[in-house]
Amino acid sequence: MENRLVIVGAGQSGFAVAAKLRAQGDTRPITIIGSESVPPYQRPPLSKKYLVGDVAFETLLFRHEDWFRDNHIDLCLGSSVEEIDRREKCIVLQNGSRIAYDSLVLTTGASPRSLPSAVGGDLQGVYLVRDKRDCDLLRAEMRPERSVLIIGGGYVGLEAAAVARSLGLRVILVELGTRILQRVAASDTSDIVRAAHVAKGVEFRENTGLVTLISDQGHVTGAELSDGSKISADFVIIGIGVVPNDQLARASGLSVGNGISVDEYGCTSDPSIYAAGDCTEFSYKGRSVRLESVQNAVDQAETVATSIMGGRVRYEPQPWFWSDQFDLKLQIAGYNVGYDRTLVRNGSRPGAKSVWYFQQGQFIAVDAINDPKAFVSGRRMLSLGINPPAAVLEDEGLDLVAYIRSITASAA
Amino acid sequence: MIEITFVEASGKERTVTAPAAGDLMHAGRNADIVGMLGECGGTCGCGTCHVYIEQHWLDRLPPPADDEADMLSLSDNLLPESRLACQIVLRAELDGLRVQMPEVQG
Repeated sequence: MENRLVIVGAGQSGFAVAAKLRAQGDTRPITIIGSESVPPYQRPPLSKKYLVGDVAFETLLFRHEDWFRDNHIDLCLGSSVEEIDRREKCIVLQNGSRIAYDSLVLTTGASPRSLPSAVGGDLQGVYLVRDKRDCDLLRAEMRPERSVLIIGGGYVGLEAAAVARSLGLRVILVELGTRILQRVAASDTSDIVRAAHVAKGVEFRENTGLVTLISDQGHVTGAELSDGSKISADFVIIGIGVVPNDQLARASGLSVGNGISVDEYGCTSDPSIYAAGDCTEFSYKGRSVRLESVQNAVDQAETVATSIMGGRVRYEPQPWFWSDQFDLKLQIAGYNVGYDRTLVRNGSRPGAKSVWYFQQGQFIAVDAINDPKAFVSGRRMLSLGINPPAAVLEDEGLDLVAYIRSITASAA
Repeated sequence: MIEITFVEASGKERTVTAPAAGDLMHAGRNADIVGMLGECGGTCGCGTCHVYIEQHWLDRLPPPADDEADMLSLSDNLLPESRLACQIVLRAELDGLRVQMPEVQG
């Protein structure tokens, strides 16, 4: 029987599985199935450089189409999978055709949570930010002097706000929580990011919910907010989180929680089926987590590729993440969930700041804002298990890079 | 178009042609050069496109900006020839450039 690997989902993680296998010299037949009509590409720039119009789409492609041909990887684009037939070990496409697999990888990603239609979620002029098509439509809307309402103060909403404002739009961002980035960052970081946006003219309404969008002839014209105010907007961007695309796994009887459950080798509850990236949940630091990041998409995918080749290497995440907003370069290393204390450090360059997270005295994560030195230092401390004393971080004249070099030199 | 020779960590040399535009990271990635990761997509955000450029070629490049130098500062196998490929803009004068890939990225 043919030992075909079928990968469902042509995003960062699906591409990384195939690329890793080929880089390791594995020659088994591979089919990648993607719902979009373009080869796998990087999504993070969509809400940043691509949306602002700074880069051409081609630069986002991981490889051009001929690479897949040259490497004997069938790209099955514009297709969606209807069913996994686990007994027959094949997948069924929407057009009814079946593809048999020896191993199957689910890299189906996550989808933006949409606004219910009862409050206007399906009106014209309401956008989600997930793929090229979304962002092409949004770019056409982003003309100077127009106004945009953004629902949700997470990374996607804030990045879209920064792009829109820098293109000369009026931007109002509504956040249900008491502060932006509430779910993902300490208030120290929220305050720094907020101040940068306010300085550029973004208007924030925190602690404010959306009652309903208002429309005229099926097109959104504004919104009614929970504080009783009404605001007008030419279009609306929804950035209220994502949900894992785990429907296919669930329907086929795989173990699914908040995402497709996988073990430390990327294996699902079916030993022939693996999963990686945004669509998975797994155990990390005693919690069941789902990490939405390039780091997780790539590193978990490489773990899966190793497992498929018969290796046994545990996935040990070393999370990192980034966001660009106006002239803020935010880089995050570590996983801050469970922190009980933060420490803010000014970097050596103007505007450079970092927020260090601790849990019971143990350093667990850092948010570096225009401070790459703090980012690389924090990342290295986490990977080496260095727990920096508060006195070191509080000494802002001390060069963290030199500090780490001195520790690693003395340990060598 | 210009020619760029990448020397992978294994010693394998690959000469590729690339447009005299764009950046070295994308040129290497498009050519499937082993070790050219560029996980952040070329925003000087991750440090996974570390390369070595010989001194006489370095002399023809603008020096690294502070962000690039800081991102490199704790890289494994840091050398005076270290650069981040995403920050190197390709131009006609770089025809013939030789690029050594490191043992590991990060």
